[in-house]
Amino acid sequence: MGELRTRFGTGLSTVFLVLVLFWLAGMVLAPNLMMIDYALRPNLPPAALGGPDDTYSLSNILYLAGEPTHRAIFIKTIWASGLVALVTFLVCYPIAFWMAQRATVGQLSIALLLIIIPFFINEVLRTLAWFIILSYRGPLNSVLMNIGLIDAPIRWQGDGGVLAAMVYAYILFMLLPIYNAIESLEKAQVEAARDLGASPLRIHTRVVIPHAKAGIATGFVFTFMLAAGSYVAPSLLGSPGSRWFTEIIYNWFFEGGDWNRGAAYALVLLVLCLTVVLVTLRLARVNLADVAK
Amino acid sequence: MSHSVELAGIGMTFGSTRAVSDVSLKVEAGEFFSILGPSGCGKTTILRMIAGFIEPTEGRVMIGDRDMKGLGPNQRPTAMIFQSLALFPLMSVRDNIAFGLEARGVARAARHAKAEELLRLIALDGYGDRMPGELSGGQRQRVAIARALAVEPGVLLLDEPLSALDLKLRQHMRAELRALQKRTGVTFIYITHDQSEALATSDRVAVMSAGLLQQVASPRELYEDPATPFVARFVGETNALPGRITAVEAGRASIETDLGPLTGRAGQGAVAGAPGTIYIRPEALIPGTGENALTARIERVDFEGSFALLHGRFAGGASLAASVPSTRLADAPAPGSSAVFGFAPQHAVVLADG
Repeated sequence: MGELRTRFGTGLSTVFLVLVLFWLAGMVLAPNLMMIDYALRPNLPPAALGGPDDTYSLSNILYLAGEPTHRAIFIKTIWASGLVALVTFLVCYPIAFWMAQRATVGQLSIALLLIIIPFFINEVLRTLAWFIILSYRGPLNSVLMNIGLIDAPIRWQGDGGVLAAMVYAYILFMLLPIYNAIESLEKAQVEAARDLGASPLRIHTRVVIPHAKAGIATGFVFTFMLAAGSYVAPSLLGSPGSRWFTEIIYNWFFEGGDWNRGAAYALVLLVLCLTVVLVTLRLARVNLADVAK
Repeated sequence: MSHSVELAGIGMTFGSTRAVSDVSLKVEAGEFFSILGPSGCGKTTILRMIAGFIEPTEGRVMIGDRDMKGLGPNQRPTAMIFQSLALFPLMSVRDNIAFGLEARGVARAARHAKAEELLRLIALDGYGDRMPGELSGGQRQRVAIARALAVEPGVLLLDEPLSALDLKLRQHMRAELRALQKRTGVTFIYITHDQSEALATSDRVAVMSAGLLQQVASPRELYEDPATPFVARFVGETNALPGRITAVEAGRASIETDLGPLTGRAGQGAVAGAPGTIYIRPEALIPGTGENALTARIERVDFEGSFALLHGRFAGGASLAASVPSTRLADAPAPGSSAVFGFAPQHAVVLADG
């Protein structure tokens, strides 16, 4: 605080502080408090608001527990988001290792450019590109049929399509933290392990991954949260059998007209994400400040 | 089990840079062998070729009479101690030492027993549960040595492992390395740019310059009988006086310099009539007249403790360095005065230039 004042003067630092406080209170705290308020109250016609029925209860949340379809979709969203995070990790780790330890400066800048360029485009458009690639009469099926790998087109859209689009969409959030972590690993560590006779697998499990643990945990947390809260990929690329929990929340708000239940579902998702973040960080013995870096 | 290492005409080219050219030498099994040279002379490249991190672009590396071509660092009977030590910071000291055995599939109990044995060898018993970050520089050094010795290598490769330590500790570790090498009998190949380190520890030393091997000899021979002008100047301090060689006979060479005729031992390539240089060690120059009298003007006296170094210029302009034991400093010429120095012919060497 004192440092802020010496650097920018009293007037400017007050403006900064007010803006930050406004942002925290108005954009972060208030909407969440309102969501909790909505979630705990019943869905009533405007006339009954404030009446004897307008009391706080957990019934909206318990409704989710009692509704088998929604419950199943909720649980599926959790493990599928975990799967997205895992697959994204498996895709990113070798690339990150290569970039951090093996690539020359020229190769590194080309690789970074190739990975970042797609992110210049909006997420919806990127997902639409996957929609086209994976469509029934789309390029992927026609290529596979032309080289004779398959006889009839495959219906990629559904779980597989959602997974592919999400992994693609969140690569950067996994890749950069891991790259940063591995980049700080001294090259001699890998050489020493190799010199002592360790196999590549052991070098990674004993030396590289323990070193990069904070980065990996950060990537997992980011990817999991983004996947669990994703709406575009499942709604564009999903099939009726691969519904995502966010789609149900959307339906409560915009089709079911029950904002209270929608808010309760969103609250459950939020609590779940927070839990996953904290557990992951605890498991990896990383604190939030490390993630923020 | 220690191995010999033979380099047969090895060379290494990185892109358009020639790092090492046609180096051939043989390190005997059980020898403490140093490769000495200024930074960028190719000594680390040679070590990495022996370890297997890089393949020479020409020539062969033989370890224990086996050609190592195509074998990676994990398949060679060598273990390396890195300049940074490269201890694994997230593993305990015990796990660090046992890592090579773990990689070889040795059971937990057996590798821990071996780690304890090595901890005793390096006088760190009881430190097994510590993390490397909790150790002092010298202790980390010893752990790195134990980790390398745990895999029972035939050859231990050391890449300037003492360069991060302070002088006192470095001298102590130097003696400890030497003792450890004698006790284990493992072949040590030691890379250093510090000539006193190489001279004090090694059985034999190879001197390199700009990717070329200059001389392989015992420390004493290197100091007293340098084969090339580079070795004469790089190993120890020296006074170099250029001239023309006038006569070579019975192991003595006479040379006509700006300061008059001088006589020293005839070194390699010294033939009458060729341009040459006489190299005189600072401790060989004795104030007062004698054979080979030289006049010089003293500019500065650097007191080093056990001796003092007199710096100045010879009458011809060449720079002078003469050392005087502290006990005789009172008789030494003072700064600003002129003095006559002499040296015995057997304490100087005459080499042909080029």
